[in-house]
Amino acid sequence: MNLHLAIIVPELIIVATALVVMLADLTGRAVSAPPRWRGQLMAGLTMVGLIVAALLTLVQIGLPVQDIQNLLIGDELSRYLNLIVLLAAILSVLMAWDYLVHFTRMMAEFYALFLLAVAGMMFMGKAVELMTLFVSLEILSVALYVLTGFHRGQLAGGEAALKYFLLGAFSSGFFLYGATLLYAATGTTYLSEIAALAPGGFFTIAGLALLLIGFGFKLAAVPFHMWAPDAYQGAPTPVTGFMSVATKAAAFIALLRVLLATISVPYEVWSWAIAILALLTMTWGNLAALRQRSLKRMLAYSSIAHAGYIFIGVAAGSQAGMNAVLFYLFAYAFMNVGAFAVAAQLEKPEFSAAQDADISATRGLFGRKPLLAVAMTLFLLSLAGMPPLAGFFGKMYLFIAAVDSGWVWLAVAGAINSVISAYYYLRVTVSMYMYEPSEETFVRLPLQMPVSLAISIAVAGTVLFGILASPWLTSLSRSVVALAAR
Amino acid sequence: MVPTAYVLVLSAVLFTIGAVGVLVRRNALIIFMCVEMMLNAVNLSLVALSNQWGNLTGQIFVFIVMAVAAVEVAIGLAIVMAIVRHKDTTNVDEINLLKW
Repeated sequence: MNLHLAIIVPELIIVATALVVMLADLTGRAVSAPPRWRGQLMAGLTMVGLIVAALLTLVQIGLPVQDIQNLLIGDELSRYLNLIVLLAAILSVLMAWDYLVHFTRMMAEFYALFLLAVAGMMFMGKAVELMTLFVSLEILSVALYVLTGFHRGQLAGGEAALKYFLLGAFSSGFFLYGATLLYAATGTTYLSEIAALAPGGFFTIAGLALLLIGFGFKLAAVPFHMWAPDAYQGAPTPVTGFMSVATKAAAFIALLRVLLATISVPYEVWSWAIAILALLTMTWGNLAALRQRSLKRMLAYSSIAHAGYIFIGVAAGSQAGMNAVLFYLFAYAFMNVGAFAVAAQLEKPEFSAAQDADISATRGLFGRKPLLAVAMTLFLLSLAGMPPLAGFFGKMYLFIAAVDSGWVWLAVAGAINSVISAYYYLRVTVSMYMYEPSEETFVRLPLQMPVSLAISIAVAGTVLFGILASPWLTSLSRSVVALAAR
Repeated sequence: MVPTAYVLVLSAVLFTIGAVGVLVRRNALIIFMCVEMMLNAVNLSLVALSNQWGNLTGQIFVFIVMAVAAVEVAIGLAIVMAIVRHKDTTNVDEINLLKW
């Protein structure tokens, strides 16, 4: 019996916090506490749970690899994923703290579902068995379907949820069929046993291809991205920030584990599939972002493009590639959640209309709120890959890993895409500095303390992470396994 | 006894019908039924493979898939209801607020 329950203690804390939040809400209703006060309590409880889980994960780093019945594994990869997910979650809860009261009174439900999504992602990073992987994928997806449509006062939220749900369920079908075909090839669903049996032939290739389609949907890779801009635009902004980062991180880690299990499929076969996905995803994401008017939708397309950059690291398949993927996900958590946090502050206060701000709403932001404009500039420059910000180092490591593995054209395509993306990021920056504030410039004032804290943390991360974390990257390489012997 | 290969082919055909249905149908509920059909096609091959390999993994997988499908029904119908309250339609072509 391999029952090292200690490895899932952070996940258990998160699930327990979700239950506590629901109970605390019942108690709050029983003593008829005012909604605003209850909202603060729920957010506070959620925050405590997230921070405790993050601290416990930090304590676990460096401990030996242990598993639970070969279903869940506690290794460095899963611990770093926990940190990425929890970081994105903490920033998003700070963002949601005062944002939620604008459109809902169901705080407890929001935070409980949010925590369950976090738990699903953390389990997904630890899952080394196809059923476990599928169930954790569904836990996070189902929670996110509801969170996407949480703003019930407006049609856009419901529409986003419906599109996300239908395509998400559709992709689950592909994921399942892929898992079934791997079972057909080997007779087992344990990833370690699948790797040991080294299956070949039609079932393995087809199974991996279908799993890739399933992951492609979850990662919003082109051509499986149709749901993403709509879901990201219609969802409440804290949810958008969270799911654009954390879902990607969890799905990338799970994809790495599946690729490790199907090591018998030749590198030349799957790496080409991933490389083409990477090229399509970043090119289409950036080109579509060029013509957006809504700030949130532009950031949604930009997050599609960023999934494309991360695919470059997966295609490289080397240890350096894996390190670059993890590094990029960390950097991305800071800069992307930060950008969405600023975008949330520019939204119009109407209850029933679509709330997301146009890019024109950023006009003259520098004149009105200089610090907010500077923070947004840093996030956008980092997303564009400007040195010495975190995004630059992330892209640099990805491209270096690609060149080392012989994917020169892919690295060049990535660099060209960064240039294209600079255009639409700079468009926002120009509009913030070069124009006078207009009627359309709306800033939610006063800036509340929690969201200011979130933006400050994100700025600090964006500026410092790239410089400070480079030594950390080399220590990482000892713990992460390469996909292919190269 | 029916050979496993036949069942697998039948399941692949059912899966394809379901997938095509998702792509061509315009009613959210019918689309959702097509998704369920895909999941059940997978269940069919899992049961057949479980028999083929002589272990219970496939059958347990079927139970998990059924549970997940039930969860998706609950969530999916709730989302459709939330939309119907705003706009009296389940046609996905008319639910077109967000585009480009």
